[in-house]
Amino acid sequence: MLQVSLYRYNPETDEAPFMQDFAVDTSGRDLMVLDVLELIKAEYDGSVTYRRSCREGVCGSDGLNMNGKNGLACVTPLSETVKGDKLVIRPLPGLPVIRDLVVDMSLFYAQYEKVQPYLQNPSPAPAIERLQSPEERAQLDGLYECILCACCSTSCPSFWWNPDRFIGPAGLLQAYRFLADSRDTATEERLSKLDDPFSVFRCHGIQNCVNVCPKGLNPTKAIGHIRTMLLSRAT
Amino acid sequence: MVTSVTSFSRTGLSDWLIQRVTSLVLLAYFIVIAYQLLGSVDYTSWRLLFDQTWMKVFTLMAALSLAAHSWIGLWSVFTDYLTERMLGPKGNIIRLLCQLGASLALVGYVFWVVVIIWS
Repeated sequence: MLQVSLYRYNPETDEAPFMQDFAVDTSGRDLMVLDVLELIKAEYDGSVTYRRSCREGVCGSDGLNMNGKNGLACVTPLSETVKGDKLVIRPLPGLPVIRDLVVDMSLFYAQYEKVQPYLQNPSPAPAIERLQSPEERAQLDGLYECILCACCSTSCPSFWWNPDRFIGPAGLLQAYRFLADSRDTATEERLSKLDDPFSVFRCHGIQNCVNVCPKGLNPTKAIGHIRTMLLSRAT
Repeated sequence: MVTSVTSFSRTGLSDWLIQRVTSLVLLAYFIVIAYQLLGSVDYTSWRLLFDQTWMKVFTLMAALSLAAHSWIGLWSVFTDYLTERMLGPKGNIIRLLCQLGASLALVGYVFWVVVIIWS
């Protein structure tokens, strides 16, 4: 039996959050954590609340904290996260809890919005498309794959303490995705918005974001590139 | 609300660069001091070392670097933990008091170094 300890909080009925324990029969199968949650919801307690959608690591809905490490429940097998027979599931840290494992991601999206995550190029659009060389296109590899699950930003202490001012690893990865895009012409405007003590420079390079990214991306490296661009621009 | 008005240079890039440059100055200074300490040190040799103008200038540079480096680091710590978000309405007052205390201490240390080295 798998001993699952689940974070529960319903602001309408609970005074404070609490951990609820479930003994889940997995029949020895190496299930994904999302499967365990589905089992609990179907067979133990239908009120357990969490987000989920694609169940294959594409939509980024089920970012959770499992045994202390952020990740996507749908692509995290028990064999990877369970120590002994104990699984502790909490919501992503640092964001307000709406209910159980569902967090309010408004602050996360507000930071994403700040980096203007869309192509900016005032020149008239060509008839078919703006072309890139294979080398220019390759600059976007490792950047465009982000699914905005928030696992990285919510594992970052700098984002916990200053979620209103530090853009966070997810937003900065996307900032660099457009800074690195050969078709984007707003580089100067983008960089000028990042040169304050908080937006980029609250990153102290501890690489929690790299450690937890379910897509294997490296926001710390992207942040380093942004710093280099800011330095080149200023010197 | 936390703002950057009390940060060392007001811009993230300058603070970041200053912190790195000052760390190199401090590293060089402590290597020189460590080298001296590894040899035989007595009052006369120590006094002779610090009587040299280059050592006085180097020490002053190290003291200024330490003050700038510390202020940037402490400012980051204060604006992480001593905020309204973390401490409630008193957060800003507590942070400003801590910043005031830290800045007075750092200015005091630099002044103290100047008095010791140049007097």
